[in-house]
Amino acid sequence: MTVLKGLLGGLILALAGWAGNACALSPEQASRVADGSSDERIEALHLVLGTGDVTLIPFVTALLADEVKVSAGRAYIVRGEEVVEAGSGKASKLPEDAEDVVNNNRMRQALEGALAAFKLTSADRTERANAIETLKNTADEGLLGFLERAASTETDGDLKARLELLRASALISSGDKSRRLAAAELLASSNDPSTGSLLAEKLALESDPEVKAAMARSLDAVQTRLAWGERLGVLFTGASLGSILLLAALGLAITYGLMGVINMAHGELLMIGAYATWLVQSVFKTYLPQAFDWYIAAAIPASFLAAALVGAAMERSVIRWLYGRPLETLLATWGISLILMQTVRSLFGAQNVGVENPSWLSGGVQVLPNLTLPYNRIAILVFAALVLLGVVLLISKTRLGLFVRGVTQNRRMAACMGVNTARVDTYAFSLGSGIAGLGGCALSQVGNVGPDLGQGYIVDSFMVVVLGGVGQLAGTVYAALGLGVLNKLLEGWQGAVLAKIMVLILIVIFIQKRPQGIFAMKGRSAET
Amino acid sequence: MTPPRSAFGIPPQPGAAGGPAEPPPRRLLAGRGWTGVLVAVLFLSVVVPVLNLFVPEGSALHLSGFYVSLLGKILCYAICALAIGLIWGYTGILSLGHGLFFALGGYGMGMYLMRQIGSDGQYKSNLPDFMVFLNWKEFPWHWAWSDSFIGQMLLVILVPGLLAFVFGYFAFRSRIKGVYFSIITQALTFAAMLLFFRNETGFGGNNGFTDFKRILDIPIATPGMRVVLCVITGLVLVGFYLMSRAIVQSKYGRVLQAIRDAETRVMFTGYNPVAYKLSIWTLSAVMCAVAGALYVPQVGIINPGEMSPAAGIEMAIWAAVGGRATLIGPIVGAFFVNGAKSWFTVAFPEYWLFFLGALFIAVTLFLPRGIIGLLKRKGDSE
Repeated sequence: MTVLKGLLGGLILALAGWAGNACALSPEQASRVADGSSDERIEALHLVLGTGDVTLIPFVTALLADEVKVSAGRAYIVRGEEVVEAGSGKASKLPEDAEDVVNNNRMRQALEGALAAFKLTSADRTERANAIETLKNTADEGLLGFLERAASTETDGDLKARLELLRASALISSGDKSRRLAAAELLASSNDPSTGSLLAEKLALESDPEVKAAMARSLDAVQTRLAWGERLGVLFTGASLGSILLLAALGLAITYGLMGVINMAHGELLMIGAYATWLVQSVFKTYLPQAFDWYIAAAIPASFLAAALVGAAMERSVIRWLYGRPLETLLATWGISLILMQTVRSLFGAQNVGVENPSWLSGGVQVLPNLTLPYNRIAILVFAALVLLGVVLLISKTRLGLFVRGVTQNRRMAACMGVNTARVDTYAFSLGSGIAGLGGCALSQVGNVGPDLGQGYIVDSFMVVVLGGVGQLAGTVYAALGLGVLNKLLEGWQGAVLAKIMVLILIVIFIQKRPQGIFAMKGRSAET
Repeated sequence: MTPPRSAFGIPPQPGAAGGPAEPPPRRLLAGRGWTGVLVAVLFLSVVVPVLNLFVPEGSALHLSGFYVSLLGKILCYAICALAIGLIWGYTGILSLGHGLFFALGGYGMGMYLMRQIGSDGQYKSNLPDFMVFLNWKEFPWHWAWSDSFIGQMLLVILVPGLLAFVFGYFAFRSRIKGVYFSIITQALTFAAMLLFFRNETGFGGNNGFTDFKRILDIPIATPGMRVVLCVITGLVLVGFYLMSRAIVQSKYGRVLQAIRDAETRVMFTGYNPVAYKLSIWTLSAVMCAVAGALYVPQVGIINPGEMSPAAGIEMAIWAAVGGRATLIGPIVGAFFVNGAKSWFTVAFPEYWLFFLGALFIAVTLFLPRGIIGLLKRKGDSE
């Protein structure tokens, strides 16, 4: 039944279209566009679109806004109480049996494409550019007339080239062999990742060997050009993960590496930093909304201080009594982590809290057609580098750093030389904790903030420290970046979970070969 | 920096460190010890079944089914704690990965129990429900033995044992010890958990195994079966305790304790610590796996949550709370912590983690020898 109706409608439409551009959208056409299977509706839409009839615009807009109902071969635009018959524009009464028009995703895309097609000849350049972007995924032969007309009037060179590509991607599904051939060759110059998938898809369907060869050549050309973007993308996400790992592990490198304290609550210090950021953000939102973009400037010291204070309290109350008993420290700090998690859960709820990025951290910079670097990730990379620089300067240039190194090398001798080792311990532990807090502040910009935040990082950050070598900041840096990139490389190959497992196994194997990590401290002690 | 001798946190035992070691006692247990074992066996195999099955429900002496399952569960935990006590208390190896072996044993038993469901599942298929759900047509290769009880019980012992052996061999050979070893065992457990969470591995993914119906063709969810499983678990625990006791009193056990106190010296004296550590480590893993296999039919579910790093670290605290320098200590600790847990999570659910956290801290700071140490000190001063 519907098929018959569709055929009949198509015939009417074809006749109407043939009759010339002058005639406006007829009620029958409107009903064809609104009722039937998606294929029939899209075909009808493109037939009307071919006439370039501007009366189509309000109708398509109404369809997209779900304001159209159909009944007995007529479409009605319903806005509140007001009912208009589509096509004729007459006010009318809605029949009892009128049904809503449901648009699936494909139909929506086609409708949006139709609207965009009208904008291709708009006077505004950005509007035209947006229209081209929208049509990228829906271009087909039905829009060819529009595309050609737009290309002939387009004056902007860049847009003209993009229109040509668009025309080519519309033509690639043409029934005519020579057109497909030309389109395949044209598409070779495209920089767009979607062109690659389009070509691959059409290549699978193509039967003509000549066209097939041309398509394969173009696909090859496009993919070679895109491959660089992908490689750089993996490198960037790897470095980004590495910088987060570095921030998480740097504090641990100080407390574990330099002081020999296993801090299982390190992840919770990250979490405290993230919650401090969230608190600062909430305060700014309520009291200083005009300065909201700069809340980060206050959140960084706040997260450092919050975590450092908690760290100092931990060191003074528990860890101090357990120096030289690493296994006990491990269990006690695990207990602390349980308490910290539960405290945060009681205070702020078990749900994740939302930390908003400042506006200057959202968005990203497009480096290659298929490579966009988000600003927040870039900011974290820079931030991690700055924190690292700060820590290195602190450890190597300041008096406190000298004391920390002295106590690390020989606690008793340092004490004999007049260093207050107990105080140095507290400072160093607070410093490590504070750096974890900074890591939490950075994490809050890219991920969820919840009571369990720290748990996800504790194994990873220990792996970084173990791999890098105990007592070595340089090792930590290499290990963090290396693990980050390796993780992302394997992820692209085998998926996230298997990548993680492979990384863990690789670390275990690596430690077989070099039990002291990448950079071993030289020594002759039999006990390590 | 050379860590002090007490790096493993074991305060020197009177007479064991410092002065010459006392000669090993010849008897497995003192007279009082045998009495204790006898009382435990009698309590488990006579008192519990009688109070649960034969004393009528209204009576004050009746032991409800809930407490029988709780007892069975805690007995399984006690086996794990004992296993940890052997390697941590007596050999100085702290494993945070025993949750993995426990869960592997549990999964081994779970596979058998899944096969016992037969075609009584939701989908009336010979395959377990989750496989039907994933649209699998036949059992994956590692389920080959799962229809035979004997075969599967062999796997319960062999798989965790082999894993522990291979992992331990590489770890001990390259002299990974102390916290390094602890952290790597934790990483191993974490990796395994991620693996078991996946559907493709054929272990039911997130949901694991549940809805068991029968064991050895006998219905599993009956009061009688509950008591039988609980009694078996208790007897296994007693057996393991006697075995551990024999181990720590043998010459082999003395070497283990020497490794704990000064591994390098043991090495320089001509022993190869790798063989000692590897054997006790593997044995401990197998004990844990047996506990897991006994645990699953009693609680009726196994899922990857049992492998989480938190579960492994909790096992260590059982041993620490009770006092890991003895064998009875870990068992006492498992009962104390899990008893407290089942009471807290009912009475004040939100405070359980505070209590557990405080327990971790208090025990390490104030009770390095655990509850048993506390009792002994009192006994000494009297």
